[in-house]
Amino acid sequence: MESTISGLDTVWVLIAAMLVFFMQPGFALVEAGFTRAKNSANILMKNFVDFMAGSVLFWFIGFGLMHGSGNGFIGELHLFDFSFFGDSNVPAACSFIFQTVFCATAATIVSGAMAERTKFSMYVIFSIAVSALIYPIEGHWAWGGGWLSELGFHDFAGSAVVHTCGGIIALAGAIILGPRIGKYKNGKPVAIPGHNLTLGALGVFILWFGWFGFNPGSQLSATGPENATAISNVMVTTNMAAATGGLAAMVLTWILYKKPSLSLVCNGILAGLVGITAGCDQVSPAGAAIIGLLCGIAMVFSVAFFEKVVKVDDPVGAISVHGICGILGTILTGLFSVSDGLFYGAGWHFLGVQALGVLCIAAWSFVCGFVLFFILNKWKGIRVEKRIEEDGLDIYEHGETSYNN
Amino acid sequence: MKQIKAIIRRTRFEDVKEALFAADINWFSYSEVKAIGQARQDRSYRGVIYSTDIIERTEITIICRDQFVEPAIEAIMKTARTGEIGDGRIFVSPVEDTYSIRTGEHGDTVLADRK
Repeated sequence: MESTISGLDTVWVLIAAMLVFFMQPGFALVEAGFTRAKNSANILMKNFVDFMAGSVLFWFIGFGLMHGSGNGFIGELHLFDFSFFGDSNVPAACSFIFQTVFCATAATIVSGAMAERTKFSMYVIFSIAVSALIYPIEGHWAWGGGWLSELGFHDFAGSAVVHTCGGIIALAGAIILGPRIGKYKNGKPVAIPGHNLTLGALGVFILWFGWFGFNPGSQLSATGPENATAISNVMVTTNMAAATGGLAAMVLTWILYKKPSLSLVCNGILAGLVGITAGCDQVSPAGAAIIGLLCGIAMVFSVAFFEKVVKVDDPVGAISVHGICGILGTILTGLFSVSDGLFYGAGWHFLGVQALGVLCIAAWSFVCGFVLFFILNKWKGIRVEKRIEEDGLDIYEHGETSYNN
Repeated sequence: MKQIKAIIRRTRFEDVKEALFAADINWFSYSEVKAIGQARQDRSYRGVIYSTDIIERTEITIICRDQFVEPAIEAIMKTARTGEIGDGRIFVSPVEDTYSIRTGEHGDTVLADRK
């Protein structure tokens, strides 16, 4: 049989994979910048572990569980093998590396919410579990031919599969961990400013850049007028939502807190990006602008809600940005999709499927995350001792500090 | 010999330094210090508004002969003052002796103030 592999498609998907890989340093900088200097080496290590463990574990078992035929719930075992995937317009290895960088993105979201107080050893175990089991199984539902894809659930690049999964696991982890020492005084939240917002802002720019691979790359093809139009449109919608998400956060914090907050604008840009990811191929630029706007607004209220009402300590805002805006963006796709959305006269069915799908993924992620952290916590404790937390995880957990004279 | 310790606004340091040079004080040490006082700064981080009473200031330490004390204080008063709360304090105390580490000589002749 003649090979259908397209050189152009392969190059496009590989470049997109590199861009998504570059989101790892983006996350690392955001998380390091938004937390205190005494924990920087620790958080950078966690970001490395997520990608290193993710690369190996996804190869070992994850890719098969996610994309193997299996049944509606789970794929099948293909240990250390991705050739079963077969060559389509790109080689199997190309599909594999593209899926690997997505898997590592889901895992790395969690470290920010659990920053500054989690035992490194326990985090390593957790990171392995996400890349090997939690992510591949729900990924199979939506992307691997599982029951959600049968229903017509649409998550183009992973608002639900990647971001909701990571953000909701982060919620489970942060609940079990409890807030950092000194975060609440007489029940009132205390500001613990990040040590370097310059690094954090650079990280957000890098993530924004990386998203141009995350979303347009998920078209998985660049040949022919149809694909060329699709990837161009996705680039426009992706950028639009990022811009309106950031603007929404700027204006809203200006009104609510009297001053436009840089750290929340950073989160607002990411909120817009997370929100548009599910429907970036199906919405118009105007639809994208509205999705970004709504996600930016929702994120600001969500951060305040978790911090002041629920009292879950999330140093970088991962729960709100990835969890809440991932859910919101997936549901909004059911409203704004030009082909299937409620606002375009396509009826309620698609909206219902979107809501059902993302809530199932959120529930799966929460239950798995909660059970995993609960067991680890009962077994050895996932939180460091008081003294280690006060002096910084860098010194006791790693022996190396980020900043030295 | 006297020691003059002045805690001033960081933003005033360059002007104070120039004025001290003009008053023939050309050797002193300074460091950045954190202080507590009446000045308050409202800040907000991620929507949590907090008031910090930690004030960042510069502390200048001058050791000089008695005849330089008045001009030095005058120079600092003139340049470090803005009139707002938080301009700082000046403390003057006696110094018993001074040694030059390189030459081993001691007494007020080792001081680097001119004249």
